[in-house]
Amino acid sequence: MDFFVDENDRVDGIEKVTGKAKYFAEFKLPGLTYGVLVPSTITKGKITAIDIKAAKNAPGVLDVLSHLNKPSAAGYEAGGGSPMKIFYTDEVFFNGQPVALVVADTFERATYAATLVKVSYEKAAFNTDFKKSIADASVAKKQGQPPYVRGVADAYKTAEVKVEQTYEMPVETHNPMELHGIIADWRTNDQVTVYAKTQGVKAAQATIANVFKIPQENIQVKSEFVGGGFGMALRTWPLEIATIMASKQVKRPVKLVITRDQMFTMVGNRPAAYQKIGLGATKDGKITGITHTAFGQTSTYENFTEGVVTMSKFMYASENVNTNYYVVPLDMSVPIWMRGPGEATGAFALESAIDEMAHALDMDPLEFRIKNDPETDPMKNIPFSSKNIKEAYKLGAEKIGWNNRKNKPGSITEGPWKIGYGVSIGVFNASRGRATVKGILNANGSLILQSATSDIGPGTGTGMVLIASRLMNIPVEKITFELGDSSLPPAPSQGGSTTLSTVGTAVNDVCVSLKATIAELAANANMSTTSNFVEVLKKNNLPMIEVTKQSQANQQGKEYSMYSFSIHFVQVKVHNLTGVVKVSKIVSVGDSGKIISPKTARSQMVGGAVGGIGMALTEEALLDNRYGKYVNNNFADYHVPVHADVPEIDVIFIDKPDYIVNPMGAKGMGEIALIGFAGAVANAVFNATGKRIRSLPITPDKVLEG
Amino acid sequence: MINFQFLRTSIVKTALSLVAKDPKATFIAGGTNLVDLMKRGVTAPEKLIDINQLPLKQIELKNNILHIGAMVSNSALAENAIVKEKFPLLMLALQSGASAQLRNVATVGGNMMQRTRCGYFYDTTMPCNKRQPGSGCGAIGGYNRMHAIFGTSESCIAVHPSDMCVGLVALDAQVVIAGAKGERKINFIDFHRLAGTTPEKDNNIQKGELIVRLEIPVNNLNKNFHYQKVRDRSSYAFALISVAAALELKDDVISTVRLAMGGVAHKPWRLVAAENFLKGKAATLANFEAAAKIAMEGAKAFGENDFKLKMAPNTIIEALTVAKAKA
Ligand SMILES: Cc1cc2nc3c(=O)[nH]c(=O)nc-3n(C[C@H](O)[C@H](O)[C@H](O)COP(=O)(O)OP(=O)(O)OC[C@H]3O[C@@H](n4cnc5c(N)ncnc54)[C@H](O)[C@@H]3O)c2cc1C
Ligand code: SF4
Repeated sequence: MDFFVDENDRVDGIEKVTGKAKYFAEFKLPGLTYGVLVPSTITKGKITAIDIKAAKNAPGVLDVLSHLNKPSAAGYEAGGGSPMKIFYTDEVFFNGQPVALVVADTFERATYAATLVKVSYEKAAFNTDFKKSIADASVAKKQGQPPYVRGVADAYKTAEVKVEQTYEMPVETHNPMELHGIIADWRTNDQVTVYAKTQGVKAAQATIANVFKIPQENIQVKSEFVGGGFGMALRTWPLEIATIMASKQVKRPVKLVITRDQMFTMVGNRPAAYQKIGLGATKDGKITGITHTAFGQTSTYENFTEGVVTMSKFMYASENVNTNYYVVPLDMSVPIWMRGPGEATGAFALESAIDEMAHALDMDPLEFRIKNDPETDPMKNIPFSSKNIKEAYKLGAEKIGWNNRKNKPGSITEGPWKIGYGVSIGVFNASRGRATVKGILNANGSLILQSATSDIGPGTGTGMVLIASRLMNIPVEKITFELGDSSLPPAPSQGGSTTLSTVGTAVNDVCVSLKATIAELAANANMSTTSNFVEVLKKNNLPMIEVTKQSQANQQGKEYSMYSFSIHFVQVKVHNLTGVVKVSKIVSVGDSGKIISPKTARSQMVGGAVGGIGMALTEEALLDNRYGKYVNNNFADYHVPVHADVPEIDVIFIDKPDYIVNPMGAKGMGEIALIGFAGAVANAVFNATGKRIRSLPITPDKVLEG
Repeated sequence: MINFQFLRTSIVKTALSLVAKDPKATFIAGGTNLVDLMKRGVTAPEKLIDINQLPLKQIELKNNILHIGAMVSNSALAENAIVKEKFPLLMLALQSGASAQLRNVATVGGNMMQRTRCGYFYDTTMPCNKRQPGSGCGAIGGYNRMHAIFGTSESCIAVHPSDMCVGLVALDAQVVIAGAKGERKINFIDFHRLAGTTPEKDNNIQKGELIVRLEIPVNNLNKNFHYQKVRDRSSYAFALISVAAALELKDDVISTVRLAMGGVAHKPWRLVAAENFLKGKAATLANFEAAAKIAMEGAKAFGENDFKLKMAPNTIIEALTVAKAKA
């Protein structure tokens, strides 16, 4: 099958498309049993009784776990209510909270028995209404992040031209195709193996160790293939702990795979947000003040905040900037980062407001952005390690045909359709952490690299193999990158666009070291220092050499400001009678250093654009606040974009190395692929129609009524 | 476990008697709706009679009437040469429904019999008069963005979700139903019901009866026609509003017109008053707008679906405009 493989293909592509790649739920362990959760049907209150008689008597049922039989977890006895401890108290914090777990010999029997568990409650008053709570100071008063002020606060108010608007973001759910869950298998009384769906095998290992108070090395977490994460697999959820408890209790391996509707309440979401932006500028288009205030949804039992206002602090050259972030605790399950996280929410507001200001000034929004593009980081007062966004603006504008755009909204029509163009920028921290990689160079010509990182889809293995292949001059087929197992050398979780930079740097260091060792061995054996390593190892009678390296966080963070950037250009068509919006062209430009793996990098940008269409036009988890419950918790009613919503996507990379960030010169791009996209669509809708939609998603009804 | 029997027969009479004598028995066709309802606990039949092998898959023209077997799949019907030529409006309506995968197994009979997609109907922890008479209507005062604006009642404001049925009601189809006493025929427009005080009843078929075929008289509405569906994404989403429009034009004067709307009522909604207005009039934008206005008389929205009061007439105008422009 070699002819399928070229340098750009995914190293695990064939395994994935042939079904050889094994995802967590596919491990068939001997004696496997099945867990099914019983979710609470009230939103807040106390469990007064759980009748498990019928369930326990149902065929095939091994056990029913709940707080009443408090399954053993030594770590739970230490105080503190956060993070949530499953089956620990009688308290119900949100609708759909797991209150019991049924274990049976088949999935069908467990599913049925779960319907027989009768839970009685004492209901309490609850609040899930985000919008109402913003007005209610007793709810929305807690600072989620420290306030930030540069220069004069609220300077926009006295500006020559000002824009003051509010922007709304609904709850979005990650909902990757693969449902969440875990298989737990206790090998002995204090040794457990779990097959997980996680973005961090080491983080999962640490969490489990903490709950069960057993040494980390007694826990093996395997998660080689993950069917999408988007952030929801960045923590080990209470339901995973419940499954591990259950396996301990029934003394057999237990598998839990949650249902699609449970994906809406048990594994986090992108929090709803309400944002106020104040922008001030001079008449000739210099920004003089930015005020960004955000309210973000969180839960009452755990706190969650994210970087909604971050970008406003440094994206534009303004002497005066102030930001605030408040949390709005609701009786709902706790949110978690979703791709692009808070920055994507914030960019929608900021980039819409920038467009509104350009319109108020009668300036081309691209020109307005370029005019206010800072040369150095105005927040930290240091240079950027690299930033090529002027070039990115130019390339993207050419490709989308920006000169066809008219500054006056509603100028271009095509039959019943109005045509508009929009642009927006995305930015995300290009940070680097600490990871360890082990390299084994074999005399048979192969190189094995190992690290306990994850691949939730971006093509981590592919990127690492390409880095090593180029440095070592070894063909990709001879290199294996092993990941997704906690027994490998430690690496951080895959999140925040850091994996390539963090783990890649360790791969780089391993390769540099291996090369030095080979050169040394060659010299010792009186061979030329450029000799092939196979010859060198043979001559030295060595079957292999092994090197382990730990990369460090970037030491130059005080001297340089490091970010990845993206510019999204879109063309939309808006139907003047039905209000339907179609994204008809997309050009996404990535300015993220050197591109290591062009094919998977492009696929990151494409995935971000598709997610961006969802955020802009279709995705919204709808809650009935009378019940505190979602009413569209399925894939028929929660609309992710379908193929017919997605036009041809042009991806352009600046592809200029940034060696300050890391030795490969490459920055992460998982987040920037999405950040800013929704703003570009909203701006294009305005350009097409003159209607400014400040609440996502932009559904046909909002366009008609706007 | 919730056990049920699964029986299969290739004889219509057997299928009828199996369901007639057992109150907890029901037919299963493509299963795309029924199985979901069983999984969600909305219904729990004890006996499923698989009707996929009944000889009801014909599509044939007899005496200028198209006969369509109840077991014809939605895709087979949309791709049929006679349908494409003589009833392209029906083809468009079918192709606007669900997804290609679903249309491959969904049947004509099943499509007519599909239940509403109201979220409260599917969630057994919520009140719903249709699922559990007397429990209240969750959608009134709740999430009702997808709900009806015509013919609603205090007990239920759900819509019938089908696209195919909107096309069929516009085409003056008839439904042939078989029962213990033989066959009976009813007009398509009388097949589905308004919710009234009995929202649990979607239509006028009796327990134990089987839809065996549809009959559609051939017409001249295959030149100027359009099915306009407005939805939240380009495919695989139910209609916010849909309109089936067909015109017969003589020198731009409308001699025959058919108009029906989906996403607005408990049944596919034929716009008779608007049709009467347009008949004999010039096919102009002004007349389309006037007709749309007439069509909206009596509409009533429930908060989150207020937008339909604007989207519905707009979609009527768009459908008529596109239909007129075709040729
Ligand atoms: C995600 C999703 C999206 C969808 N989107 C759309 C859409 O956009 N537009 C649209 O129109 N539809 C849509 N559908 C609905 C789809 O068209 C219906 O599910 C389908 O037509 C039902 O046909 P079936 O043969 O599978 O029926 P089944 O599920 O087999 O049966 C449904 C009901 O009909 C009864 N029944 C079946 N045949 C007969 C008969 N001959 N006589 C008497 N009773 C009978 C059964 O007893 C059962 O009660 C969607 C469905 C899903 C799941
Ligand atoms: S609209 Fe009808 S189906 Fe929906 S909740 Fe009310 S009664 Fe039930």
